[in-house]
Amino acid sequence: MNIIVLGLNHRTASVELRELLAIQDSRMGEALGRLMAYSGIKEAMYLGTCNRVEVYAVVEKGERGFRQLEDFLVSTHFSLSSEDLLPHLYRYSDDEAIAHLFRVSASLDSMVVGEPQVLGQVKEAYELALTHRSSGVILNKVVKKAISVGKSVRTNTRIGEYAVSVSYAAVELAKKVFSNLKQRVVLLVGAGEMGKLAAQHLVNQGVKEVLITNRNHHRAFSLAERFHGEAVPYEQLRSTLPKVDIVICATGAPHYVITKDDIEMAVYHRMNRPMFLIDITVPRNIDPAVKDVDNAYVFDIDDLKAHVGHNQEERLKEAETAEHMVREEVGSMVAWVRGLEATPTIVALRKKAEEIKQGELEKVFGRLGELSPKERAAIEGLASAIVNKLLHGPVVTLKSEAQSQNGFAFIEAARRFFELREREIHSGEVPLLEDETGDFVSEETLQKKDGV
Amino acid sequence: MPELLSYLTMGLYFGGTFLFLLYLWHRSDVISKISVVATGLGFVSHTSGLIIAMVSTGHVPIMTFKDAMSFFAWGLVLVFLLVGLKRGLEVLGAFILPLAFLSLVSATLAPQSAGSLAPVFQTVWVHVTLSILGTIGFAVAFVAGLMYVMQERLLKSKQFNVLAFKLPPLDFLDSLNQRSILFGFPLLTLGILTGAVSAQLTIGSYLSWNSEQIWALITWFFYFAVLMGRVTAGWRAKKAAYLTIVGFAGVILTFIGILIKSPQPMSPL
Repeated sequence: MNIIVLGLNHRTASVELRELLAIQDSRMGEALGRLMAYSGIKEAMYLGTCNRVEVYAVVEKGERGFRQLEDFLVSTHFSLSSEDLLPHLYRYSDDEAIAHLFRVSASLDSMVVGEPQVLGQVKEAYELALTHRSSGVILNKVVKKAISVGKSVRTNTRIGEYAVSVSYAAVELAKKVFSNLKQRVVLLVGAGEMGKLAAQHLVNQGVKEVLITNRNHHRAFSLAERFHGEAVPYEQLRSTLPKVDIVICATGAPHYVITKDDIEMAVYHRMNRPMFLIDITVPRNIDPAVKDVDNAYVFDIDDLKAHVGHNQEERLKEAETAEHMVREEVGSMVAWVRGLEATPTIVALRKKAEEIKQGELEKVFGRLGELSPKERAAIEGLASAIVNKLLHGPVVTLKSEAQSQNGFAFIEAARRFFELREREIHSGEVPLLEDETGDFVSEETLQKKDGV
Repeated sequence: MPELLSYLTMGLYFGGTFLFLLYLWHRSDVISKISVVATGLGFVSHTSGLIIAMVSTGHVPIMTFKDAMSFFAWGLVLVFLLVGLKRGLEVLGAFILPLAFLSLVSATLAPQSAGSLAPVFQTVWVHVTLSILGTIGFAVAFVAGLMYVMQERLLKSKQFNVLAFKLPPLDFLDSLNQRSILFGFPLLTLGILTGAVSAQLTIGSYLSWNSEQIWALITWFFYFAVLMGRVTAGWRAKKAAYLTIVGFAGVILTFIGILIKSPQPMSPL
């Protein structure tokens, strides 16, 4: 059994490629179903953020699993071939895969280290996996832990303080076009998380007016209330453009919402007054060709990344502390996962039973005083028989069920019933944390803690 | 004494120019502070020289090409000190100072008599002063246009380097461009009118259709068109920036033309 991750991010692939691999929430069920249909894939989660597309999976055999995930990603978009994709992919398995997820969730792998959005995006990805039943015992545990690690990094380091988020970078760039944002009108297209954040930043700068449009007009209204702005019917998007100075596009639509023609017309009607456009989502919603329109300045997520490149030094110091925290958590998580193998669990179970048996025998022999070898053998035989008969059922079940779809659930249950800790299952191989309680928190507490 | 002051001025402006250009590519703000001080001291020495000359001649010293260029440079530096420092835009210095310094250098290189104005009429200096002030406006518009084009290209090519960081926002540059022309245009208009009146009073005709006059009128019409175009045809932003760069190139050509064609005392417009 292996935990693997296959993916690409802002460091390995361009936004053009990333957006081809983006899967909308509404189609996630179909996609996860496709993943789970591969034989050998036991659990799966798709994580798509502005900066990355990653597929996490629990598989029987790592090598085969990677090939299946590759196949899955390639078939996500008809125009892709494996030659296009392979050079941009990274692969991690087991400890490295867990460490990677923890780093992602702690915002250590983000374009803007310390940005707060990624944690929410991990949660959403996990919830989708739960909804579509592609997450099981292992991913539940690992992803929940990743989320709680992300939270604890957030609260225990100052990484977030320096988190000059991508949306903040958008504001900084807007100030290169407009010296005074107070006279500017902003149009928010769509209700994407990042878009809302960028809009919030602009509102904090005191922009004159915020217009909001969304395919779902009701949603536009509620957003308009939040920003004290005005909702514009989606059909009037084009006719509204000439009125606005700054456009933030974050719809999550898989196509261009704003075309070059739209902006050419808008700039014409504005008599060449400059326009500033931010396309914050992947796939992009503003035709990149807009950059060829005079007096229109369009920036996508990769451009923002380039802009926040500086100013990262301080964050990196905090990031080191966070890295340390992540490494510690990875250690205990890896130990837990390894414990899920059937054989070590059975070995640990037998060992524990043997220890209890020996302990009890010594106590009894001590109390009974002198016994003949025959009597001793009879008592020992009795103890062994009870232990063996009692363990027979669980061991057989563990062996047979370990290969089934719910195998991990059985192993996990056995570990809880018999109170087998990682240390007992995998003694000495992995350095463990002093505090192991986190691994045995009940589901309810964990949910409360994570806010999942 | 005036000689010494003019060399001191030139030296300080050179220092300012050099440091401002260095500042463009460095993150350090110390450089800009030193260059502002150098420029400020240069301006004090420059002003002192002008006052001394004014006291001795009784009017702004602009009757020779050299004096005119020196006055032009003085006006440019004044604009920088007023606009740049008030707005915290030291980066303006990196564009205005080189222009001011080059004007001083060209003035020094030109022969003392070149372009000397015959004092045919007592108030001819009014016409020249107004024309030079107008030209200063166009020069600042040119600088704003140049900075606009640079910032525009950096933004379009998405290069967020030190230069992009230091250059002011586009709309500020566009408005500086417009205001400079709005400042320069009426002054040039008055300059041309006073020139015409002077000519009428001295040689009995408003216009003698010589090349300087034709160029001055072309310049006037050009900037008139630029101003009108902004209101009626949306000639703003990038287009306005390019137009003012081209326009100022025309102004410089006029100056060179005046210098080359008329080594003898120049007739007033």
